Amino acid sequence: MANRITLEVTRYHPAHDEKPRLEAYEVPLRKEWVVLDALNYIKDHLDGSLSFRWSCRMGVCGSCGMTVNGVPKLTCATFLSDYAPGPVRVEPMKNFPVLRDLIVDTSDFLLKLAKSKPWIIRKVEKPLDEEYFQTPTQLDAYKQFSMCINCMLCYAACQVYGLDPLFSGPAAIALAQRYNLDSRDQGAGERLDILSHHEGIWGCTFVGECTKVCPNNVDPAGAIQQYKLTATMEWVKSFVLPRGAK
Amino acid sequence: MLDISSHDVVLVGGGGAGLRAAIAISEAAPNLSVAVVSKVYPMRSHTVAAEGGAAGVRLADDSLDDHAYDTISGGDWLCDQDAVEVFVKEAPVELMRLEHWGCPWSREPDGRIAVRSFGGMKNTRTWFAADKTGFHMLHTLFQTSLKYDAVTRYDEYYVTRLLVDDGRVQGVVALELTTGKVQAITAKAVILCTGGCGRVFRFTTNAAIKTGDGMALAYRAGAPLKDMEFVQYHPTGLPFTGILITEAARAEGGYLLNKDGYRYLQDYNLGTAEPKPVLRSMELGPRDRLSQAFVREQEKGRTVAGPYGPVVNLDLRHLGAKTISAKLPFVRELCLKYEHIDPITQVIPVRPVVHYMMGGVHTDLNGATPVKGLYAAGEVACVSINGANRLGSNSLPELLVFGARAGRAAAAYAAEQKPPARHLLAQALDEEARLQEQFLQKSGGREPIADLRDEMQKIMEQCAGIYRSGESLAGAAGKLHELQDRFRDIRLDDRGHLFNTELISALELSCMLEVAETMAQCAMERTESRGAHQRTDYPARNDEKFLAHSMTYRTTEGRPRVGYAPVTITRWPPAERVYGR
Repeated sequence: MANRITLEVTRYHPAHDEKPRLEAYEVPLRKEWVVLDALNYIKDHLDGSLSFRWSCRMGVCGSCGMTVNGVPKLTCATFLSDYAPGPVRVEPMKNFPVLRDLIVDTSDFLLKLAKSKPWIIRKVEKPLDEEYFQTPTQLDAYKQFSMCINCMLCYAACQVYGLDPLFSGPAAIALAQRYNLDSRDQGAGERLDILSHHEGIWGCTFVGECTKVCPNNVDPAGAIQQYKLTATMEWVKSFVLPRGAK
Repeated sequence: MLDISSHDVVLVGGGGAGLRAAIAISEAAPNLSVAVVSKVYPMRSHTVAAEGGAAGVRLADDSLDDHAYDTISGGDWLCDQDAVEVFVKEAPVELMRLEHWGCPWSREPDGRIAVRSFGGMKNTRTWFAADKTGFHMLHTLFQTSLKYDAVTRYDEYYVTRLLVDDGRVQGVVALELTTGKVQAITAKAVILCTGGCGRVFRFTTNAAIKTGDGMALAYRAGAPLKDMEFVQYHPTGLPFTGILITEAARAEGGYLLNKDGYRYLQDYNLGTAEPKPVLRSMELGPRDRLSQAFVREQEKGRTVAGPYGPVVNLDLRHLGAKTISAKLPFVRELCLKYEHIDPITQVIPVRPVVHYMMGGVHTDLNGATPVKGLYAAGEVACVSINGANRLGSNSLPELLVFGARAGRAAAAYAAEQKPPARHLLAQALDEEARLQEQFLQKSGGREPIADLRDEMQKIMEQCAGIYRSGESLAGAAGKLHELQDRFRDIRLDDRGHLFNTELISALELSCMLEVAETMAQCAMERTESRGAHQRTDYPARNDEKFLAHSMTYRTTEGRPRVGYAPVTITRWPPAERVYGR
């Protein structure tokens, strides 16, 4: 293994750059280094002005999503040596406005997440000394969707979101479905209103790129397909049951 | 240039404690406006990385007194027992509240919430969501918080100072990262929920954001930092990355082996090597004792030499694929990803790693600090329920119990205060000018941030680690003071306003240097060994002199001054810590 590798990194500062450009940096190639370690090497030793987000360095906080050689990746879980001899191209996530260098504006997701009502909705609450029983099978029904770390890689990979920013997007729908499928929840009807019109699930053409890039096997594409079924059922129910019934 | 906004309560930090506090305020006083100011989006907060579980009495054969005793003996009698009693009583209620909010707790086959064993606990009482407990708790809290309209989030705002007037904290000054604008956010009460400062050390499980910001903010505003000499080393971190392998791996039955394949903990007064896990024994001993045993084993030449220093082996192979996949999936994922090791068939190399600060901003049982209007909860605070050594799975319920208490207390306090005074804005303007002068418009500067940070981390690791001495600590204190001087000559490549992460790194470094100095100073002055603070020159516990909390104040010259405050003893008089028998 050669002991150096070149990173081609997007640099962009709206105050003095008309558009993003690539800048090459040579860094040590170490077998235990992830792409994020190389970026930190650049920041610490070559150019302190390079900007990117990161925190946990163990694939769970969801901060460090970027595009590595064209593919959406968590840079803390992507090994540099897998790209030897290089060069490795590191760019910001696609489908989001770039604020600076490798940092994108993901605030749109936060608004969409809140709209999908990702919290337990119930008509009557038990007192706090009682629990809602949930068998392992009932837990398994939604568990996969609860593993979403909000890293936004699925939005970066989503062709529908790229064309239609009104689309709620894979993670927001997966998280809505996470609550819909939770045996303790009674809110599927309320979430329907928000998700089932144009910018909701019907925009998805089941390309499945979101599931491919998900670092936690959440399968948002599966959630979207399931949700279409839930939505149809709720829609049918609205004809046969009085309003508000479940 | 200065932006101004106003709320009733401002929370600094949006992790578990901050979000729990925000919800508590909204439920107690829905008319109060709450701001959550965080340098990262709340779901990025470090609560996300907690793995093993959250302790709260649940089974019929357990009791609150047992949980209290485990916590107090685990803390080597430095815990305040009134705080522990409150904690063990409210922990199960808080954990159940999270169940009602949708936390995906692991379950028994009949649907009841399951519990697992944990280190230093004599009964099984740790609730868990596989081995991503903190992740699930944080996302449950964050998602639940979205339904409260009174909560305004300031995502990616870095708080640079507290606004203090008339002896009262009345808000914060924050930098909006996306624009670089300085904003004054006034409030009737401020709650610090910024977590710990593990990044003061080189080898740590802590995320990059754990830089002691809240501790430094409080300390600079006149609040004392309590028990800062007590630093928890977790016995099982992956070499190089410092990624945590949860204690649950040992609770499920994992062995710690030296280079001869021998369960060496039996040589350190921790019990005998039984094939099945025994509570409060061997691998289920407390973290301080296990990390200390590692160092002793290393001194005997019985650890394994690895490329990143000595390690021992954590052996899970006998647990089988089924248990590992069901109970420890994240452990397996982390080992496969970062070590290319499959724990089903291979042993995991591990070594002690800095994990948690027992100390923090001094508070009472309601999170109130001695500075009026300032509250703190979670790892940033020291109530103290953790004493000289925290037990695994006590930190997650701690941030719920004391986050909620601080939220309610701050809400009650805020309701009685007048709106902040207008002239506070002068302080915010001063702060804006300081940031310009000291960093963005400063000419020259020779000291790279990374160099100073590396030196600080090396000093702390070499001089203030698992075992310390008066000599090593005095050396550390001197060198840290020197680094403080060199910090004034800091070099910045980035002088722009927009998302200037280098400026944030510099500000974080100044917090870490300040906090590191307090740690070295009070460790030097505590001439005894207790819990996680082990002095080679004073190997025994000295209750006569040091059954007391260290309280570190910042002098007008900016130096740490250490005093002591009594420990509250209610029903458990100081005794010997006994494990394995």
